[in-house]
Amino acid sequence: MSQTEIRSSFFTEEHDALRASIRAFVEKELTPHAEEWEAAGNFPDDVFPKLGKNGFLGLSYPQEVGGQGGDYLSTLVLKEEMARCGSGGLAMAVAVQTDMATPPIHKFGTKEQVDEYLKPAIQGTKIACLGITEPDAGSDVANIQTTGVKDGSDWVINGRKIFITNGCRAHFCTLVVRTDQPSGYNGFSLFLVPTDTPGWQVTRRLDKLGMHSSDTAEIVMEDMRLPAGALLGEEGKGFQQIMWELQGERLVGVAGSIAGAQLTFERCLAYAHERTTFGKPIGKHQVIAHKLATMASEIEAARRLVYDAAWKFNNGAYPVKEISMAKLYGAQVACRVANEAMQIFGGASYMMEVPIQRGWRDSRLIRIGGGTDEVMREIIAKLKGL
Amino acid sequence: MNVVVLVKQIPDPANPYELVDGRLKRGVAQKVMDPGDEYGVEAALRLVDQFGGEVNVISMGPAAAMEAIRRALSMGAHKGVLVTDDALGGADALATARVLAAAIKRSEFDLVIAGVESTDGSTGVVPQMVAELLGVPQSTFAKEIEAKDSSLTIKRQTAAGYDMVECPLPAVITVTAGVNEPRYPTFKGIMQAKSKPVDTVSLGDLGLGGDDAKPTQSVDAVNPAPERGAGEKFEDDGTGAAKVADLLKQLKVI
Ligand SMILES: Cc1cc2nc3c(=O)[nH]c(=O)nc-3n(C[C@H](O)[C@H](O)[C@H](O)COP(=O)(O)OP(=O)(O)OC[C@H]3O[C@@H](n4cnc5c(N)ncnc54)[C@H](O)[C@@H]3O)c2cc1C
Ligand SMILES: Cc1cc2nc3c(=O)[nH]c(=O)nc-3n(C[C@H](O)[C@H](O)[C@H](O)COP(=O)(O)OP(=O)(O)OC[C@H]3O[C@@H](n4cnc5c(N)ncnc54)[C@H](O)[C@@H]3O)c2cc1C
Repeated sequence: MSQTEIRSSFFTEEHDALRASIRAFVEKELTPHAEEWEAAGNFPDDVFPKLGKNGFLGLSYPQEVGGQGGDYLSTLVLKEEMARCGSGGLAMAVAVQTDMATPPIHKFGTKEQVDEYLKPAIQGTKIACLGITEPDAGSDVANIQTTGVKDGSDWVINGRKIFITNGCRAHFCTLVVRTDQPSGYNGFSLFLVPTDTPGWQVTRRLDKLGMHSSDTAEIVMEDMRLPAGALLGEEGKGFQQIMWELQGERLVGVAGSIAGAQLTFERCLAYAHERTTFGKPIGKHQVIAHKLATMASEIEAARRLVYDAAWKFNNGAYPVKEISMAKLYGAQVACRVANEAMQIFGGASYMMEVPIQRGWRDSRLIRIGGGTDEVMREIIAKLKGL
Repeated sequence: MNVVVLVKQIPDPANPYELVDGRLKRGVAQKVMDPGDEYGVEAALRLVDQFGGEVNVISMGPAAAMEAIRRALSMGAHKGVLVTDDALGGADALATARVLAAAIKRSEFDLVIAGVESTDGSTGVVPQMVAELLGVPQSTFAKEIEAKDSSLTIKRQTAAGYDMVECPLPAVITVTAGVNEPRYPTFKGIMQAKSKPVDTVSLGDLGLGGDDAKPTQSVDAVNPAPERGAGEKFEDDGTGAAKVADLLKQLKVI
């Protein structure tokens, strides 16, 4: 596709055709509403089934579970194209559905769990959220305090989760719980929780700097009783399972942010032609031209890191180092680009009616969510033997 | 019900166009299936969903027109025919219609669906010529289609509203942009499209010769439509209505 700058040797003609299909969908069904949904602080639930009907929520899941049978790169295409709707919150909500809350069900779930949760999530008829973070456990996942205690064959869960994307409207949650007394990384388990379970309560809808169209919840679980069948995967292996999940989460998260940076860059490039100062377009001032050149180069470099890590992931590797590097570098590039864009647009950038400020607000999250810059550096340093 | 859809590959209307000797330059620009033809593909898929049968996509154009066929196949069409031949470069509407009619006749069909007019050429006559050459009725400007086993009723869009038109099958119809919401190709559909059968045929394969492809019309000049003028403003000082009425009389509108 000569039109997009995203095409690279990692993608096939079929990926390009998929990109065109998603782009057409996004342009027609999402972009025209982005402003309205950002202002409302929410987007309608029926965006999920609309995406689901076109197969976009199950791109890399096998056809047996209702997916499209595509590879990992196909879901990356979705993330890149969703970012072009201009509302980071909407793109993030969908990414939680497709690549954060549901991959553990596919990887570790029973047939019943796949039927009950994964298939409807792929159709978009059930909205999913992922509950890891707690008031006292963000970067330090192992400090999770929510407990699950066996009572007969049931589990009784008590605790709190915070910053949970889709949490206000989700039909189910993929939940991380401590099921054993502190014994290092082996005391955690995953559960699949219908949000109408007695004891599950959304206590707050949190107000945020950016990602306005996405809802973010605080959740309290009080004597919440779950049947044995709610356990996802192996008891006691929740930490390892969620660390696996986080690899995919980081990759799609940063891919979306870089695509958002690309959109911002394109807006800057157009503005550099349009806006005239001192008798010439600002793009003809060398300082602005060089800013744009740097932005373009950094976006390209970040994208290559993501594609390479995704390609390895797709081909069966577990490339923690590459993913951590792509997340770290890509997140910084996304924020740098958004910051430079504020400068290039001058006073206009500061106005709520110009979308540059939204890119700036939305992009800031990627250096924090799904593992902070510092956590990425910790992982990379450890893998370098430090 | 076996339905043929005529689809045209055109330069992406989102990009600026370039003319060479009064003809659209086709080499460089990104090409897409005419957006107007997506409605035809969707209409055909819905009919086949309802009645069974197959959707056969036919396009005439350079080799790159294969992409338009692939796009229709990825939406769910079953098979395709691409007519391509160097002798067709410069074909006009009649030549195009001859070729398409010959390609349609190669297999059994109950219905042919085309767009009202292409986005680039916009003559809006190819489907009518095709119907004539096939010797079947034509029903144009459909904004709604209802089919039975051997006949079809359409709501025909008019300036004032619509006419109900019934016609026996086989027939040729043209569909407007209001007829449906075309589906987006799924990834499954895109991957399956690769293995669906597409015939690539030349003029000779259709039993036609170079004379059939010769244009009967030539384009002398292409000019952009004149820019709209600023118009005339009336300050309403109490005589506004009379001034407007005078102007309308001058223009012979009233
Ligand atoms: C909008 C939004 C949506 C979110 N959605 C979800 C969701 O759907 N599900 C979910 O489970 N979570 C979600 N999160 C939570 C997110 O993943 C965490 O905020 C993130 O992992 C950081 O954790 P924390 O906020 O507790 O920060 P902390 O862990 O308290 O970190 C504070 C600071 O200390 C630094 N730091 C921490 N440990 C170290 C160390 N060892 N060395 C050096 N520096 C360190 C951090 O890098 C950071 O700079 C979301 C967050 C936001 C803001
Ligand atoms: C090698 C080659 C080069 C060509 N170069 C040019 C060129 O430079 N400029 C140009 O305008 N045309 C070119 N054509 C295409 C052809 O000449 C036009 O399609 C023809 O003139 C029809 O005019 P229209 O687009 O106005 O049709 P309209 O009557 O406006 O089209 C109405 C409907 O008819 C169907 N239809 C029309 N054309 C085709 C087609 N080709 N295949 C399948 N269905 C069709 C579609 O359903 C369309 O919606 C070329 C064709 C070939 C083979």
